Formats: sequence, structure tokens, C-alpha cells
Amino acid sequence: MSDMLDELYRDVIMDHYRNPRGKKKLDKSDIHSEGKNPSCGDELEMDLQIKDGIIEDVHVGCVGCAISVSSGSMLAEVIKGKSIDEVKKIAEVVKKMLKGEPIPDDIEIEMGDLDALEGVKKFPVRIKCALLSWTTLIDSIDTVADNKERAFSTTE
Amino acid sequence: MGMVENTIIKKSAEKGVLDINKIRKDFPVLNREVHGKKLVYLDNAATTQKPRAVIEALVDYYSNTNANVHRGLHTLAEEATSAFEETRSLTAGFIGAEEPAEIIYTRNATEAINLVAYSWGRKNIRKGDRIVLTEMEHHANLVPWIVLAKETGAELAYIPIDDNGCLDLDDLGNIITPNTKLVAFMQMSNVLGTINPAGEIIEKAHKRGAITLVDGAQSAPHMPVDVKSLDADFYAFSAHKMLGPTGVGFLYGKREILDRMEPFNTGGEMINEVRYDYADWNDLPHKFEAGTPNIADVIAFKPALEYLNNVGMDAVREHERELTEYALGKMLDLGFVKIFGPTDSAHRGGAISFIVDDIHSHDMATMLDTRGIAVRAGHHCAQPLMKRLGVSSTTRASFYIYNTREEIDEFIASLVEIRRYFSNV
Ligand SMILES: Cc1ncc(COP(=O)(O)O)c(C=O)c1O
Repeated sequence: MSDMLDELYRDVIMDHYRNPRGKKKLDKSDIHSEGKNPSCGDELEMDLQIKDGIIEDVHVGCVGCAISVSSGSMLAEVIKGKSIDEVKKIAEVVKKMLKGEPIPDDIEIEMGDLDALEGVKKFPVRIKCALLSWTTLIDSIDTVADNKERAFSTTE
Repeated sequence: MGMVENTIIKKSAEKGVLDINKIRKDFPVLNREVHGKKLVYLDNAATTQKPRAVIEALVDYYSNTNANVHRGLHTLAEEATSAFEETRSLTAGFIGAEEPAEIIYTRNATEAINLVAYSWGRKNIRKGDRIVLTEMEHHANLVPWIVLAKETGAELAYIPIDDNGCLDLDDLGNIITPNTKLVAFMQMSNVLGTINPAGEIIEKAHKRGAITLVDGAQSAPHMPVDVKSLDADFYAFSAHKMLGPTGVGFLYGKREILDRMEPFNTGGEMINEVRYDYADWNDLPHKFEAGTPNIADVIAFKPALEYLNNVGMDAVREHERELTEYALGKMLDLGFVKIFGPTDSAHRGGAISFIVDDIHSHDMATMLDTRGIAVRAGHHCAQPLMKRLGVSSTTRASFYIYNTREEIDEFIASLVEIRRYFSNV
């Protein structure tokens, strides 16, 4: 329909949207968090299983658009099995990429499918959609540091 | 009323109620392109576009008048004050108020409702009193009452909606209890388009001795309104949704009620006499208008009202009814569009909320935008209603006097193409 849209709705994104990874609920969760995009109504819940500083399993349940759902799905795929420190770095890089900020040279991470989110930055009003799962994740990790069990995040 | 509508309908069957091509020439923004396509502006329930006369009035005010109102004795101040007050008179006439002093300038409809919740509500609502709202309210007519109820210990009750998106008034006699002090409701829904039977609700409320507030943010711009014949106690609306500038709203209130209310904001302009330990209040409407108001935008609202008066609100309503009927018919014919709200154009305005398959409203709005079509996506500031409808968001197309059938054709064709595109990417 238009090249501009093809930039946004890349195959990888649509694949994650149609078959979101991490959709399955976990039987046990170390941190439960909820994220909301108050301006549009998108909602997300995230459960993390953490052992010895490693994210062993993750559940992301997102009611939202193609961009927020696929971003959450990529997140679930990419953070599983990684250490909290690594995950923090990835989240920072994704945030920078979405906001169109330069990514420091000394950060080397495996982006995998995440590159596909690059097209979102051409649609400024949609950046929030892609950010929802990542801000929720960052708040989740911060609650571990703060020793709390639940986190609530918003993109506002 | 019935007679007038009939003649308009007859006329419209022949060639349309309004000379749209002429009207469109008065709105500069309609000439612009978006992503290389001609703009199709279908987000009028959020805010409408402005005719050249409004834009020029703003420039003219700052170029030739610009002075503070009600304070100066020089020529500019006198001119600004009289233009500022002319808008008030015209606004009073537009909604059928008894006198201009019953029109209070605010920033928007939201502030008008907050004024009532603060000044009237805090004095008249007590623990155990009931405030009746409806399930379809905009946050603007919901949150102020939730806050007030929490502060005072009053209870909230809601007039339910039926599956058609209309208010179910069967149980109204039981919902408006003897302890009900206020019934506040929208006259036209910004989500469902539904036109609520305001007169009937007000009559029932008054029988119980309750005060009524009508949120006219969506109705005043789109249909004839007469607060006197409605017998509304308060009526709130915004200039920017009816061809006017942003930053100006109105609260109409019956004089006898406004007179008994305490001020909302206090400071300059709203006082009668001030001593170091004492202040009393100016007359209506100034009692509620503390500080320097939004003079330029109030003055630039006058040509907006004149524009609507020239077109005629009956004709505005009939044009939109016709467009809505046309759009609803085409959308339903597609077979894959789910519409929220009544589908009979006689009972609704031109805000159409819909969902296509499982395409999220954001994706829909982005895809429409690449075709130059501006719509709204999300919860439309009505989260409880969304929950009641069982959806997290909808896409909304909404019409005004400058929209055409050709634009709706374009919109319908886009829905078909978007659906094909989205199922294939
Ligand atoms: C029904 C209804 N009420 C109130 C409002 C609030 O209007 P404003 O934002 O101009 O205060 C709106 C506008 O979005 C509305 O649609």
C-alpha cells in the first residue's frame, strides 16, 4: 500500500504480532509487573523468573497494537537466559534506537529481531507503543533492586 | 421543529443541504496534503478546523486592538471589552440563554464542569447524597464527580446503556432517587454518537429536586440547542469543537443558581470590594472570571458562531445526519466493520467508532494517515465505557460541515485496502 508502511510493518514485526513469544503464563513468577499506555489504553503484564541474576523465564501478555505486541514479544525472546545486567543494556539500546539517539560504540549487544523496530522511529506517535514493554521491564528490574514484588509502569 | 426538518430533508434529497464546495473554500487547512495525499479530516469530535474568518480575527485583534478588558479607559481597552462582551451575547443567543451574564468563559468544557463540581458541588453535595451520571460519559464529566464523591462521601450511580449504545431509561425513576442532588450527562456521545433525550432526563431529575448538568461538548457544535426549552441548569461546551479557537470554553448556568454559588478562582476582575482583611464578589459573570481572560480567542470565536448561524444549525445537523447515514450504510455493507453505537442516523451524530477485524485502532489510524485520512484511535477519554463495550480501544471517524460524500468514499475504499494490506504483510 505504501513504502512508508512497509518500513513499519516489517515481516519480522508482523510475525511477532501474530505469534507473540512469551505469551504462555508462568506457573511461578518472581516479579509481576503491569504497564499501561494511558493515552491509548494499551495494557501489558510481565512476569519474570529470576535465578542467580539470570532471567530464566518470561511471560509478556500485551493487549495492544501490532507495534506494542511485537515489541513485547521480541523482548520476551531476547531477554530469556540473559543476566539482569545484559538485559538492562539491551533495554537502554532499544530505547535509544527508538528515540533516534546515538548508540554508544562501546555497547555491543546481540540485537536479533530487534533491528526491525528501527522503522518505528519514523512514526513519532508510535514510539510509545514500542516502548511500553521496555519501560515495564526496566521498572521491573528496578523493583528487584528495591526489593518490591510488583511494579506499575506507564509510558507517560 | 418537525416542519422545518421536513423541508430540509426534502431539499437535501435533491442536492444536499449545504453548498459544501463554497464552505470548503473558507477553511485554509483543507487544501493541505498529508503524505502526498489530499487531507481528509475526520477527527472533528476531537477538534474542528477553523474558517479563515476566525484566523483573521485573531491576527486582526493582535494587530489592531490588543488591550486588557474591563479595566482600561482608553480606546483600545474599550474596543477589546466590547468585542469580548459581544461574543458573550452571541453565545448566549446561540444556546438560548436568558441573558449574556449566564455565560461564563472558561478554558474549555472540562474547566466548566470542574467549576460546577468545585463551586456548586462542594457547597451542595454532602455525605449520603447521590450524583447520577451515565455509563457513556467522557472523563471530563466523570473524574470531577468521582473526586467530589470521594471528598464528600456522596455516592455515584450510573444510567446504563443498552446493547445498541443508547441510554436505557427504563429504570430511571429508581436511579434518580430522592437523595439525588445532581444528574450530569452528555447530550451527544463522543464515542457512540448517541444523542441522549436530554429534555426527558432533565424533567425526571427536576421532579426529584435534582440539579442537572449537560455536557454539550459534542452537541452544541452539531445540532440546535436551546437550554431554556431543555430547562438545563448547567450546560458546558468548548469553542474549539465548533470552528473556534482552542482555549475557550463556556459554562451556562441559570442565574438564580450562579448567583448563589461561591467563586471558583479568586483574584483580580472578580471582586466588588477588597480590603486587607475582606473581599466580596463582583456580579455575574465576572464573579467566575478571575484574572485576565483569553481575550483574543474569545473575540475570535465570534466569527465562528456567526459562521454557524449563517449556515444554520438545522442545516448543520441535517448535513451531518445525511453524511452519517451514508457512511454507516457503506461501512455496514463492507461486512467486516463492527460499529459501536446506534446505526439509525436519526438518533445519533456523526462520531462513528468502529473496529475492523482484529486490527488495532493504532494500526488502523497510522494506515489511514498514510492515505491522508485523519481519525482518532484509542479510548477517547472514556475508559469505563470502553470496558463496558468490551474493547480496549476503537477507531473513530467524525464529521463536520465541510466533509463530503467523496471523502467518505475515500475513507471506505481505504478501509478495504487497509484490510487487504494488513492481512498480507
Ligand atoms: C463529550 C465530551 N465532553 C467533554 C469534552 C472535553 O472537552 P475539552 O477537552 O474541550 O474540555 C469532550 C472533548 O473531548 C467531549 O467529547
